[in-house]
Amino acid sequence: MSEIVDLSLGEMLTALHAGDLSSREVTLAFLERIERLDPIIHAFITINPDEALLQADEADKLIQNLRREPGQDLPALTGVPIAVKDVLCVKDMRCTCGSLILENFIPPYNATAVERLREAGVVILGKTNTDEFAMGSSTENSAYGPTHNPWDFDHVPGGSSGGSAAAIVARLTPLALGTDTGGSVRQPASFCGVTGIKPTYGRVSRYGLVAYGSSLDVVGAFGRSAAEIIPLFKVMAGADPLDATTIDLPIPEIDLTRMDSRTGLRNLRIGVPDEYFIEGIQPEVEDRVRLAIDEFETLGAQIKTVNLPYTEQALPAYYIIAPAEASANLARFDGIRYGPRVPADEMWDIFRHTRGDKFGPEVKRRIMLGTYALSAGYYEAYYGQAQKVRTLIKRDFEAAFQKVDVIAAPVAPTTAFHIGEHGDDPLSMYLEDIFTLPANLAGVPGIAFPVGFDDRGLPIGMQLMGPHFREELLFQTAYAYQQVTDWHTRQPKMDHAL
Amino acid sequence: MKLTLEEVEHIAELARLRLSEEEKARYGEQLSDILEYAARLQAVDTSGISPTSSVLPARSVLRSDEPRPGLSLQDALRNAPDTEKDQFRVPPVLE
Repeated sequence: MSEIVDLSLGEMLTALHAGDLSSREVTLAFLERIERLDPIIHAFITINPDEALLQADEADKLIQNLRREPGQDLPALTGVPIAVKDVLCVKDMRCTCGSLILENFIPPYNATAVERLREAGVVILGKTNTDEFAMGSSTENSAYGPTHNPWDFDHVPGGSSGGSAAAIVARLTPLALGTDTGGSVRQPASFCGVTGIKPTYGRVSRYGLVAYGSSLDVVGAFGRSAAEIIPLFKVMAGADPLDATTIDLPIPEIDLTRMDSRTGLRNLRIGVPDEYFIEGIQPEVEDRVRLAIDEFETLGAQIKTVNLPYTEQALPAYYIIAPAEASANLARFDGIRYGPRVPADEMWDIFRHTRGDKFGPEVKRRIMLGTYALSAGYYEAYYGQAQKVRTLIKRDFEAAFQKVDVIAAPVAPTTAFHIGEHGDDPLSMYLEDIFTLPANLAGVPGIAFPVGFDDRGLPIGMQLMGPHFREELLFQTAYAYQQVTDWHTRQPKMDHAL
Repeated sequence: MKLTLEEVEHIAELARLRLSEEEKARYGEQLSDILEYAARLQAVDTSGISPTSSVLPARSVLRSDEPRPGLSLQDALRNAPDTEKDQFRVPPVLE
């Protein structure tokens, strides 16, 4: 048998259920690798070895019981380790959101996504690094230090779910959770060469997710391939009485068997939007994405040009709407109910000092930006106008999905950039998000996966976007591509780290 | 457009953020750049377009009003930096 950490999810589940491997052995293998590699990669903020082994033992007991008394179904992910982005509450495990303002916050309950995964039998290895409150595109905005891209430690892993994406490709965990408000699952998936799903807004409960932009936030997942994320998606998806924005729609059947044939994408119409192949995009990114689109055609898909004319308005609209929502959501961090308090004689000063001292620069900028956009005299010009432009962006997608089933595009204009490259220039960092923001504004699902490498050996990703609640089209198409390519199996060497 | 120091201080006060003089200057510059970029939204013709606040269809989510257990007092207070007699403790608000 190959090394435990190299097993595919399918192999791992088979070995666990057959009793060839215990969850304790699997969990220890990943914990040992984390102990060895994470001092360099820094994918984790909190590692949870003792509790993880208890959860693994619980899973092993369940598997043993079932072997004695067969007939009952084992929960889908029994004994499989997972890492959770540190903006999702895991009961009794510190949740920092990458911020000093929550450095000692211990959630008293599980996020619904986490709760459902625990019921499905997962073992939680720990909490992964993130830009503070998920605000960023590089994981450099974490108060706990940046995560390093396993393909080249001088480069960022993307963000904000950079810890989760880096952990997957470095094989510190087989599965991980992320969140995507403006691209925070898809962009790090692209930068790290892994597969990541951003479900439709409303598909997965946000209960227990520390809110950033509530009309945009979606809980998503990372894995080594489209096929490996599907069980995670199925467990998390579905209506939740604790989140009134979840929609009670059945999870569509994801049919992979049909995709095994060499013409599995027959009858699928794939749209390629001109607006995503703009001047300034790294040439290798465009080349690799176009080659992947050729591959879809070989697999039987019909390729059509589509237009999403309001694409370039997504960036200014997003950077008004998301900060506006953030400025309201983050008002709760005031040094009274949780987090540290910077003492003062007067209550208003407790708020001012605690927030001023404990929030990092990017969070303060976005709170101020949002506060300004919502303030008297500017509301209509900024927030009101951004919401109307959002309608136009949403209509772009509705019109395109009249003509095609899915849309194929680059995830980001470049591959991973250097740590520190965007320095203290927030606007240049925001421009990294131009291709991921529209899906969030429109609420449509997206999947990102690797389609090649640039000449420095950094991964290139592409994304597929689909109509609301049609994630099965994304999984099936990415799966079909991954059956005939091996980009998703490539691994960084990291020799110098070992 | 360029935010004045007074505007930066006003926004920071609305957001209850204590900023250093250096931060006020730096964020002032950066926010001005971002707002100037965002101002391109003004050029979009949105006459007759209704705003989108949620991508989901508007609907009411109702449930029956039945009492059920919530967060325990102990859990609700356990992350607070200062508590007394099962309450959050803050400096006097009214003299």
